[in-house]
Amino acid sequence: MSASSAFNDEKGGSSSVGEPEYGHDPASGGIFSSDYKRHDDLKEMLDSNKDSLKLEAMKRIVAMIARGKNASDLFPAVVKNVACKNIEVKKLVYVYLVRYAEEQQDLALLSISTFQRGLKDPNQLIRASALRVLSSIRVTIIVPIMMLAIKEAASDMSPYVRKTAAHAIPKLYSLDPEQKDQLIEVIEKLLADKTTLVAGSVVMAFEEVCPERIDLIHKNYRKLCNLLIDVEEWGQVVIINMLTRYARTQFLNPNMNESLLEEGSGGDRTFYGSDEDEDEDEEEKEKKAETPAMAKRKPYVMDPDHRLLLRNTKPLLQSRNAAVVMAVAQLYFHLAPKAEVGVIAKALVRLLRSHSEVQYVVLQNVATMTIKRRGMFEPYLKSFYIRSTDPTQIKVLKLEVLTNLANETNISTILREFQTYIKSMDKDFVAATIQAIGRCATNIGEVRDTCLNGLVQLLSNRDELVVAESVVVIKKLLQMQPEKHSDIIKHMAKLTDNIQVPMARASILWLIGEYCEHVPKIAPDVLRKMAKSFTNEEDIVKLQIINLAAKLYLTNSKQTKLLTQYVLNLAKYDQNYDIRDRARFIRQLIVPTEKSGALSKYAKKLFLALKPAPVLESPFKDRDHFQLGSLSHLLNAKAGGYQELPDWPEAAPDPSVRNVEVPEWTKCSSREKRKEKKVEKPFYSDSEGESGPTESADSESDSASGSESGSGSEESASRSESEESEDGSESEEEEEEEEEEKEKKKKKKELKKPVQESESEQSSEEEERKHQRKTKQRKSDSESESDEDEESESESSQSESEESESEAEVKKKKKAAESKPPSKPVKKESKKEKKEMSLLDLDDFEPAPSPQVTPVNTFLSNSLVTDLEGLSLSDTVLSPATIAPSSALKNYELLHRITGEGLSVEYCFSRQPFSPDANMVAVQMQFTNNATADTKNLHIEDVKLQSGMRVKEFSEIELLPAGETATAVMGIDFCDSTQAANFQLCTHTRKFFVSIQPPVGELMRPVFLTENEFKKEQGQLMGMNEITEKLTLDMKCRNEHTIVQRVTTAANLSRVPCGSDKECRFAGRTVSSSSLVLVTVATKEEGAAQLTVNCEKMVIGTMLVKDILLALTQ
Amino acid sequence: MIHSLFLINHTGDIFLEKHWKSVIGRSVCDYFFEAREKAVEPENVPPVLQTPHHYLISIYRGKLFFLSVIQTEVPPLFVIEFLHRVADTIQDYFGECSEGVIKDNVVTVYELLEEMLDNGFPLATESNVLKEMIRPPTILRSVVNTLTGASNVGDTLPTGQLSNVPWRRVGVKYTNNEAYFDVIEEIDAILDKSGTTVFAEIQGVIEACVRLTGMPDLTLSFMNPRLLDDVSFHPCVRFKRWESERVLSFIPPDGNFTLMNYHVSSQNLVAIPVYVKQSISFFETGPCGRLDITIGPKQTMGKTVEGLMVTIHMPKAVLSANLTATQGTYTYDLATKVLVWDIGKLNPQKLPNLKGSLTTQAGTPKPEDNPSLNIDLKIQQLAISGLKVSRLDMYGEKYKPFKGVKYLTKAGKFQVRT
Repeated sequence: MSASSAFNDEKGGSSSVGEPEYGHDPASGGIFSSDYKRHDDLKEMLDSNKDSLKLEAMKRIVAMIARGKNASDLFPAVVKNVACKNIEVKKLVYVYLVRYAEEQQDLALLSISTFQRGLKDPNQLIRASALRVLSSIRVTIIVPIMMLAIKEAASDMSPYVRKTAAHAIPKLYSLDPEQKDQLIEVIEKLLADKTTLVAGSVVMAFEEVCPERIDLIHKNYRKLCNLLIDVEEWGQVVIINMLTRYARTQFLNPNMNESLLEEGSGGDRTFYGSDEDEDEDEEEKEKKAETPAMAKRKPYVMDPDHRLLLRNTKPLLQSRNAAVVMAVAQLYFHLAPKAEVGVIAKALVRLLRSHSEVQYVVLQNVATMTIKRRGMFEPYLKSFYIRSTDPTQIKVLKLEVLTNLANETNISTILREFQTYIKSMDKDFVAATIQAIGRCATNIGEVRDTCLNGLVQLLSNRDELVVAESVVVIKKLLQMQPEKHSDIIKHMAKLTDNIQVPMARASILWLIGEYCEHVPKIAPDVLRKMAKSFTNEEDIVKLQIINLAAKLYLTNSKQTKLLTQYVLNLAKYDQNYDIRDRARFIRQLIVPTEKSGALSKYAKKLFLALKPAPVLESPFKDRDHFQLGSLSHLLNAKAGGYQELPDWPEAAPDPSVRNVEVPEWTKCSSREKRKEKKVEKPFYSDSEGESGPTESADSESDSASGSESGSGSEESASRSESEESEDGSESEEEEEEEEEEKEKKKKKKELKKPVQESESEQSSEEEERKHQRKTKQRKSDSESESDEDEESESESSQSESEESESEAEVKKKKKAAESKPPSKPVKKESKKEKKEMSLLDLDDFEPAPSPQVTPVNTFLSNSLVTDLEGLSLSDTVLSPATIAPSSALKNYELLHRITGEGLSVEYCFSRQPFSPDANMVAVQMQFTNNATADTKNLHIEDVKLQSGMRVKEFSEIELLPAGETATAVMGIDFCDSTQAANFQLCTHTRKFFVSIQPPVGELMRPVFLTENEFKKEQGQLMGMNEITEKLTLDMKCRNEHTIVQRVTTAANLSRVPCGSDKECRFAGRTVSSSSLVLVTVATKEEGAAQLTVNCEKMVIGTMLVKDILLALTQ
Repeated sequence: MIHSLFLINHTGDIFLEKHWKSVIGRSVCDYFFEAREKAVEPENVPPVLQTPHHYLISIYRGKLFFLSVIQTEVPPLFVIEFLHRVADTIQDYFGECSEGVIKDNVVTVYELLEEMLDNGFPLATESNVLKEMIRPPTILRSVVNTLTGASNVGDTLPTGQLSNVPWRRVGVKYTNNEAYFDVIEEIDAILDKSGTTVFAEIQGVIEACVRLTGMPDLTLSFMNPRLLDDVSFHPCVRFKRWESERVLSFIPPDGNFTLMNYHVSSQNLVAIPVYVKQSISFFETGPCGRLDITIGPKQTMGKTVEGLMVTIHMPKAVLSANLTATQGTYTYDLATKVLVWDIGKLNPQKLPNLKGSLTTQAGTPKPEDNPSLNIDLKIQQLAISGLKVSRLDMYGEKYKPFKGVKYLTKAGKFQVRT
């Protein structure tokens, strides 16, 4: 009773406080006995006023529960303490209550009012815990109360409470399934929640309550994809599994063309087949050969939402949580195009280093995968080599994988490995190895003889199990080509004297019977021996003896007639009715009597028919119809509550269901239009950032992806944006494919044209492609505002299409050739679209960023603060106004249209983190060409800076057609000074001297602080670092909202939550040196106010005070 | 999801049970005991068992079985990973995960389990969040608690759960700010009889011990990040930053944690630090055999090999071993048939050798399989792959922390076949 010693200590303590009446060591082991008098003593302790005594008692009670002892008779005494002030006592009472409430329903009701009170507590954590306990009490009578509480909590301010509500849903559902409809409503509401905290829990609730209501996911699909990376790991698993199912119902099979190919190229190919279908080149060749067939089918274009899912889950392969890695792996296995599935192999192999239980599950799944996609794991063959210290089950699974991976090239190494395994001490494993050798031999013809010889050698092994297993396997192998191997059969016939394992004996007898004409002399002798020992044999052996006798009788009745009679007579009186039946049946069949019917004529045909060789198959063969990673897959049987993985739909359901209504201000073109655009130009289909309007709701992943390619090599940047290089190449392949096809179609037309023209066409096309690359590059350089980027990009490409007549012509032809929408409407539409786009562009330039658009960049920000900004919690915990700089970004003029000779340039501080360098301020420029001629080669030269300052130029804008606008983003490190950055803006003809001078408010980035942190930081920035100014607020600026708005407009700061409504606090850090900037505006009567700025950099502080003063007083 | 949890010791006693939904009787464990009987070795118990009404998923850690009861479909890895997290948490709280420790702290463990799952779905598994709610026992605190009657349960409400960096508490304070990183690499290898490498790879892990005040934002960069082939990170590491710049940027959890695991790309040849000359043979005539093992340095990069140890699982027939070691000591456990030769430091001038005879059981045929040798070793101040940390930068806080990086190479699953 080591526990008692711990209690002794505490007991000693409490008695020293002065409770002599309990001095008689109540902590001795005896309490745990079911002596009820001892419980009286616990009751007494619970009734006392001392918290320490109550605590002591509760601890002992919980210890009893933990050990599985019954403590239910204490219920009344315990439940009284539910309202106890001491938190630990209260917690333990909750533990007790949840455990026993179900058994003592009436008494449990006494505690309900406490929880109901708790649900109204101002503290979110108390609300949450009250709901948690209330919903855990399984008392049917309180269902309505629970329902009400859940509904209320679902719209709670605090995301934590909402999370708890999500957790409570399946509890209530299991208590009373009739509440389903109401619960679905709550789930629907919570699914719309934008916080990462809630997402995992609500999807879990969804899976338990209404997994069939896939329609509820549509509107939240993109949001879930985007939030995924920030959801806690357990939630990630649930969401990924659910999204796998979702994607299977909503998108098209990305491998459908390949599967068509596979069908087309003939069904003679097995997975074990000698010709390797994984070979890329071969596939390429085939593709060319099959193109006529392909042409019938539409080229597959992946739905951008499908791509979004694949892209956003991929980083999770790096998770430390094996369950998350497995979830992503199965998602890729079930959803990704064949060429991309490979990425999961490495991660899965990594898991093999983990605990043996993890290995066990992973290997099961790898075994299934290797059957379908062998090529994927081939490079990791050696990782599946077996160590003598592995547990048997792991060994067997690794063996399975090795067998699946075997092909002509690696079979020799694998067999050499197998040879060492056969020597293992673990006999079960040796048996499995022998079977594996047999399977390799059947699958790979070249090594069949080698394997057979090896197995025959094993027949002289000392271990009977090994021999027996070998016999069984040899039997199967011999069946494939018996005529060559009569000596092996002879050898095996001799074994009957020694071998005792029934299965092996049976196998030998069957072999001899089947091929008795190959061993005509030995066979009758074997039968003689067997007849002698018949009565002592196992049932399966007996059956085979009868079989052998029958076959011999038919082929060699002279020698064996009597023996057969004898055996059949013995069998007639056997205890086993199967054997009796068999004997009777065979006698009738082979021994001709007058009664025997027509059948006996065919006896020979019946017994000595050519039997097909058995196919040695992997036990993992068709397991992939279960969702990988699931319990059902592991057990190869449907587990309760398993949701079938649906087949891909023939035609994709309407993708617009995933559109989310866009707030007015974005004026985003509807998704249908985007779609159309995409159909026109499959070239863009893979370029990213088109995850749709929802993107604006989550700028995080985008900014991150933007940054990634921005800092990546130029090449990859020129490709689709945030795809990793593999994906990139893949998409290019697709592109090429499409290109190829286009080319082909075009060629048909070209036949009629003069050669010259086609040449020019080609070159112009090339040029165009270059342009597109460039624009993309520019786009990736420009920042995280995916929407804007996309618009500008598509716009510029649009404009390109209009640019020169010839090019437009070409395009038109191409479009016509593609025979998609008729060319005229397309043209019109694109024009209309263009107009809309440019309108949009202007709008976009002065966006009123939504709360979520605040600069966020998880992976690039140098400090936590930016991270926290992204915290989707914050926007709900605080009032929405807190972070939103609800005013427009201010535009500054860089180059007037008159001085710029038609080129005008405006810039604004976009307040987004500048991805290539976090110490730089992002400056967004908008170039407008008002002249009549095109402007070319817009770039920056001759940068003159103060020491320490740095500039990251935007990449050159090749072409700015007349009347068009373009945007670019450059980064400037101002070194936390308001010195101007001077440089020359060059076009192909002229140079303009320009300078950018930042207002002090733009030299910082917002930081998320809690009230306490703010106070603490402020305390450290007193004295010289604090500047205070009195002011009178502008008449229009006397409410909190306007103050926040004006301050955040003047400076890029974020609001700090604050308990008092008289104060507004803001925090930020300077971009270059990360010095903290704290701003406090305290309001008093009649518009009087006090502004305090704390900043380590006094210059910044002083200037900021001036700017904010100005903003607040005007 | 997870319905109940039973903790079972190696003798088959259930010493703790916790139910997150309705109570499930202990009899459900009988199916497990049956499988346990059948498996002989505890490691061989299948992790997933099917019973008529439930599924049992178990892990074996520290001579204990953590057995969870499942009723409906759930990814098995989800449960396994969670159970390991429970074991990790217990280890983290009490220093070890054993029956004695759990029994001593049964209430705390029970409270932990209560917080970790809600209705069978993981709620708070981050050690930092848990520690905010339920304080781990320390000697000082238990003394204070007994004197004042204070409790182990935090009286502040856990804010960690609400934070976007749930792995770190707010308001961390240290007088000595320090950040230490241990780069530990393990060589997994299989050598065949002749000493040629059948398979070798390097797996590494970076263990960190970070005690820094406030909310520091650290950036750790490598001289040669290209070596790293496959990585997995603690959730605190910003993956995109790694993708684009190959630096580890993170806000560290407080205290000890595993920052990353990595695998060194297989193109690089793996240096094998020692070679083994061995001959183990059993004679056809008479119940005996011979054993002769010599170990010498191979590619040690000029460092000393320490903690050298050879473990051999002998065939069942071997009764005793009569050996002489020129260095170190050997033991032969008759019950488990494990021969352990603890060598210690490897002296290149005088190679350690173990030689002598083995007695096998009379009457049984000679064991035809030779046991394989498992080698254990350590090399201080060396990462065998050549990985080097180039610098550690801290942002977000003003003080200057102490920084340190230590390298260590170990043998992982290093096996010599005979």
